[in-house]
Amino acid sequence: CKSTDTVNSETAVGPGSVQSESSVRRLVRMEIVHVYTRVRSEFGRYCLLSDCGPELTLDLLPDPGLSAQFILRTPRDQATQARCDMSEHQVNTERFETESSGVNHTEGGWPKDVDPNEMEQTIRFRKKVEKDEGFMNSIPQLGNIMVHCIQQNNALDIYQEYCTEEDDGDSAEPPSAKTINVFRDPNEVKRTVTCLSWHPDGGKKLAGAYSSLHFQTSHTSLCQDSYIWDIENPNRPELTLKPVSPLVCIEYNPKDPHTLVGGTYSGQIAYWDTRRGSQPVELSSVEHSHRDPVYKIIWLQSKTGTDAFSASTDGQVLWWDVRKLSEPTERLVLDPGREGNLERALGAICLEYEPTMPTKFMVGTEQGVVLSCNRKAKTPAEKLVCTYEGHHGPVHALHRNPFFPKNFLTAGDWAARIWSEDIRDSAIMWTRYQMSYLTDACWSPVRPSVFFTAKMDGVLDVWDILFKQNDPTLSVKVCDEPLYCLRVQDSGRLVACGSQGGSATLLEFCSGLSTLQKNDKTLLAAMFEREAKREKILESRQREQRMKERSRSEQSDAGRDSSDGLDAYNVQQLMTRAEDDFYSVVEAELRRRDEQPQVTEHIKGLE
Amino acid sequence: MIQSQKGVQGVVIANSEGIPIKSTLDNSSTVQYAGLIHQLLLKARSTVRDIDPQNDLTFLRVRSKKNEIMIAPDKDYFLIVIQNPSD
Repeated sequence: CKSTDTVNSETAVGPGSVQSESSVRRLVRMEIVHVYTRVRSEFGRYCLLSDCGPELTLDLLPDPGLSAQFILRTPRDQATQARCDMSEHQVNTERFETESSGVNHTEGGWPKDVDPNEMEQTIRFRKKVEKDEGFMNSIPQLGNIMVHCIQQNNALDIYQEYCTEEDDGDSAEPPSAKTINVFRDPNEVKRTVTCLSWHPDGGKKLAGAYSSLHFQTSHTSLCQDSYIWDIENPNRPELTLKPVSPLVCIEYNPKDPHTLVGGTYSGQIAYWDTRRGSQPVELSSVEHSHRDPVYKIIWLQSKTGTDAFSASTDGQVLWWDVRKLSEPTERLVLDPGREGNLERALGAICLEYEPTMPTKFMVGTEQGVVLSCNRKAKTPAEKLVCTYEGHHGPVHALHRNPFFPKNFLTAGDWAARIWSEDIRDSAIMWTRYQMSYLTDACWSPVRPSVFFTAKMDGVLDVWDILFKQNDPTLSVKVCDEPLYCLRVQDSGRLVACGSQGGSATLLEFCSGLSTLQKNDKTLLAAMFEREAKREKILESRQREQRMKERSRSEQSDAGRDSSDGLDAYNVQQLMTRAEDDFYSVVEAELRRRDEQPQVTEHIKGLE
Repeated sequence: MIQSQKGVQGVVIANSEGIPIKSTLDNSSTVQYAGLIHQLLLKARSTVRDIDPQNDLTFLRVRSKKNEIMIAPDKDYFLIVIQNPSD
């Protein structure tokens, strides 16, 4: 349609015009109007449509002055992709319960007329089949194939493994751990797994002591059972042990895998024989047992194989013969004043006993002190040989290195420390203070430089001191609850750890952490020696300084200047001598040990 | 025959229903072998044919720690040989 522009387009709209609304609205400010009119008399007339070229109605040029009112926005990268939204979910299948049951096989397949029990009939049947033509033809053929394979087997072992002796040695694989099974407490109210013990014969079974260590929780609703699990079957415990009060610690007899001894929350000791059922075979009497929960019990090396000793926070260490649990055979009060005074005794949390040194044992106490004791001492006063102080809190774990019995590991408060028996003042090596409390630690039975620690944040750390001393070699987050105890199986590959929620997790470590490397023992021996020497030098230096201080205070009246000068000179001399000794030893080691940069870093840290 | 070959511990011939026809082992072992291997054979054969219907099982070797069990199947019968690998 042709449009007609009226002359007075700005003024009021005439009777026969239709104004274009949109153009008015759009350009209100500029008052540009595009009017579209049609005379009334022409309404209803036939439309004559014709093409007309484009007509520029309005050309609005950009006004650069307006750009001053605008700020340039920072460009943003926005990635878009036209595809459907996807989400990721993790699914865990429901627990699959398996059960073993036996199947009865009976002979079958015989045709109806033949009775399998009747020898005659079966023989007759067999003879009939033998005469059958198909039989005659096919059997020789099968025979030929078979002979071919047999001869092949005889000629060459097709499954032979080549290069089995290839040793990874320093494999580039990072250390790893895998959870194999989780054994959960079957009761409603979950109790903490306070102690685990592996079956001595091959480690196919795991005994767990379950109890609640919270102070004065109601014990009526708490189930008192502890369980023995078969590691293949996490669904149901193999055997339930029913003590009179929840077990705090449990231990298999290394000589007789059927017997176990456990210490209860009430302080009594109970003895089980797995062949005889769930009830304890013997139970110690309440009057003669401990007065606090028994935190650790260990079997002793003896001729009869029935001796054990236990420790508790009531300050006593008691020796028992499990055949007669009515009374302990021996008693020791852990009084640091050596008077047998129970009031001042230190509460014991853990024990350490090495079967190769049957007269010595060590006790870790609540007060952070480790006591080394000699069982065969004449007087009770001499039983406590020496003390090792160093922890700020209870010593939860105490373990001698199976390859270097003179060195032992303690775990307590936030760090683990390695001690040498000869050096009493401080540990020879220690880990950094960790972010959470350490609850248990033990050495690996196969690799002398590897030890495991369990922490309250549910993390199990594996430390390899030959590889890295500042941090754990591997940290595995086992669960969200605190881990309370840790036990390595004798093969060194499997570790069981128990948590507060009642679940015992079984972890398997990679072969790098559980196979003995060639130089492990020598390198570790050298490391321990070096650290021990360092501590000894520091100790002697401190002692000399103290002596100098003492002698200086004695001589302070007479000739102060001269004596000061003399003493200062002596002290200086001693210090330089000690430093020279130290540096010479360190340099000798550095020269000798070029290939371990981590070790030199550690030495630099000492400087 | 096969029995004379080196390392062969026993030979059992059974029919397609698992009934032992001839054997060099004692009765209980024979029955056990025939019955169990028959089932294994059916499963193996069906596996091979499921994967490729044109295919069929010609031989089955079961190698264990102590010995090797070799099974040659046929339409109506199957032959079992237990051999101790010579190494």
